[in-house]
Amino acid sequence: MSRLPRSLSILLSVAIILLGAYPLFGDVLFPNKHAFLMQKLTGIMIMAVMAMSLDLLVGVAGLVSMGHAAFFGLGGYMLAMLSPEYSAANLWVVLPAALVVVAIASAMVGYLSIRTSGIYFIMVTLAFGQMGFYFFNDSKLAGGSDGAYIMVKPAVEILGVSLLNLGDKRTLYYVGLGALVGVYLLLRVVLASPFGRVVSAIGVNENRVRGLGFDPVAYKLLAFTIGGTIAGLAGFLAAIQYGFVNPATLSWHHSGEALVMVILGGMGTLFGPAIGAFVFELAKMGFESVTEHWLLPMGAMIIGIVLLLPKGVGGLLLQLFSGRSKMEGGQ
Amino acid sequence: MTTFIAGTGLHTYYGSSHTLHGIDFAVRRGETVALMGRNGMGKSTLLKSLLGIVNPRQGKVTMNGADVTGADTHAIIRRGIAYVPEGRGMFHNLTVREHLVMSARPGNDGRRDWTYERILETFPRLAERLGSLGTHLSGGEQQMLAVGRALMTNPDLLILDEATEGLAPLIRREIWHVIRSIKETGIASIIVDKNVNVLLGLADRHVILVKGEVVYDGSDLTPESEILKRHIGV
Repeated sequence: MSRLPRSLSILLSVAIILLGAYPLFGDVLFPNKHAFLMQKLTGIMIMAVMAMSLDLLVGVAGLVSMGHAAFFGLGGYMLAMLSPEYSAANLWVVLPAALVVVAIASAMVGYLSIRTSGIYFIMVTLAFGQMGFYFFNDSKLAGGSDGAYIMVKPAVEILGVSLLNLGDKRTLYYVGLGALVGVYLLLRVVLASPFGRVVSAIGVNENRVRGLGFDPVAYKLLAFTIGGTIAGLAGFLAAIQYGFVNPATLSWHHSGEALVMVILGGMGTLFGPAIGAFVFELAKMGFESVTEHWLLPMGAMIIGIVLLLPKGVGGLLLQLFSGRSKMEGGQ
Repeated sequence: MTTFIAGTGLHTYYGSSHTLHGIDFAVRRGETVALMGRNGMGKSTLLKSLLGIVNPRQGKVTMNGADVTGADTHAIIRRGIAYVPEGRGMFHNLTVREHLVMSARPGNDGRRDWTYERILETFPRLAERLGSLGTHLSGGEQQMLAVGRALMTNPDLLILDEATEGLAPLIRREIWHVIRSIKETGIASIIVDKNVNVLLGLADRHVILVKGEVVYDGSDLTPESEILKRHIGV
């Protein structure tokens, strides 16, 4: 992945600073809707984490997964199942435990699906995702189709001293922002490493990579596991925010929404899918407030963006700021 | 010199099309072999059969005496081969620097003769284009990058399939100069190229393929050799 043009980096940094400042001045701009918007933005930032994790698979490694939400949902379910009913779970225990379980699940699903490609890979991941959905929907493990509540937010303490109150909406907003920035930087580092370059090359031509002496299966499996685990982190954060998980979080509809965010934002750009999450969720919110048939204008908007910006919003920004597209992989 | 790679009795098919007819082909350590023949005679198929890109239906491929028939391509390559395919094989989402860095690894005996710095010294043009995407380079620069990327793996055997095809004469001369200097370092190579005169002066041994069979394997070819005129058209 090429280095971002300096002016685009500055623009993205300003956007992050504005997001960081929103809780401080939001009630002046939107006095009646401030709390709602802050919650909405928290949810969007968490979805942006999910979209970036999917971009690692779809936009970088060329693995179009339709089961990515399974890992998102599993992350949330792990929090629900590991949390005591009427007291706070210890975040330092439940978060690593949830991520380890999601990583193992991702590695297992990846191991069984990576050897397929194209439409078969889509079908296999879709099937695994739906297996996860029906597992939680039809079993009594965590409330079945009704889902499960997380009554008390996890405690973030060291030696009995509370560091963060995740029940506070503003705190949770900054946790979401931290996750967004942290995951973006982490994935940039991963993609700048020799491992990341090989994964990027696999997305272009797997056979050519094999001819250079790399085993594409091993690299794709590791990328799949990293992507799945980050999606699990997003699901874990979403479960903290909403205090509730249900099987719909694992369903293919949710995977499809994440895929739309990646496509709208620009595959393979990493920052683009994060923007795609904002475009998708804010447009959805806007259309919902205007008409109950909001899916119609939403569909028209998606078609319009795909037709007019085949490389997504991220591709457009790269073109504007670098004078030419440096994102030829994002087809 | 010990044999580095050998194919014995190779029969390779594309579907029902029988392409290689029981070929025996070997390269010794440090040896430069020119693989010659008209288009469609099986040169690239022989290379692909040795590398496991196409699996021969009959015959055996060995490396340093170990049977690697049917092994995965990446596993065969890891045993010390660098393959520069026809068409150069650039990745359009990687820069020149990224192409070189991703391939870097020591040789099988721990050798690190070819470093990033040495590649840039060998191909100064690449040093000027480090931030450019691989596919934004000229044909000659792409070929230099393909060879540089191959050398970054510190191979025992370098395979060059049509390395100078479609290049301007000046660039071609530059590429041949580099190939000669690679030979002097003791790396074995298999070279497929249409420039017979250069191959005659460069290679230690020449192998001519006709319709999937070896019709000549030796080192006494001259530009006047009858067999060249008959099978290569020189």
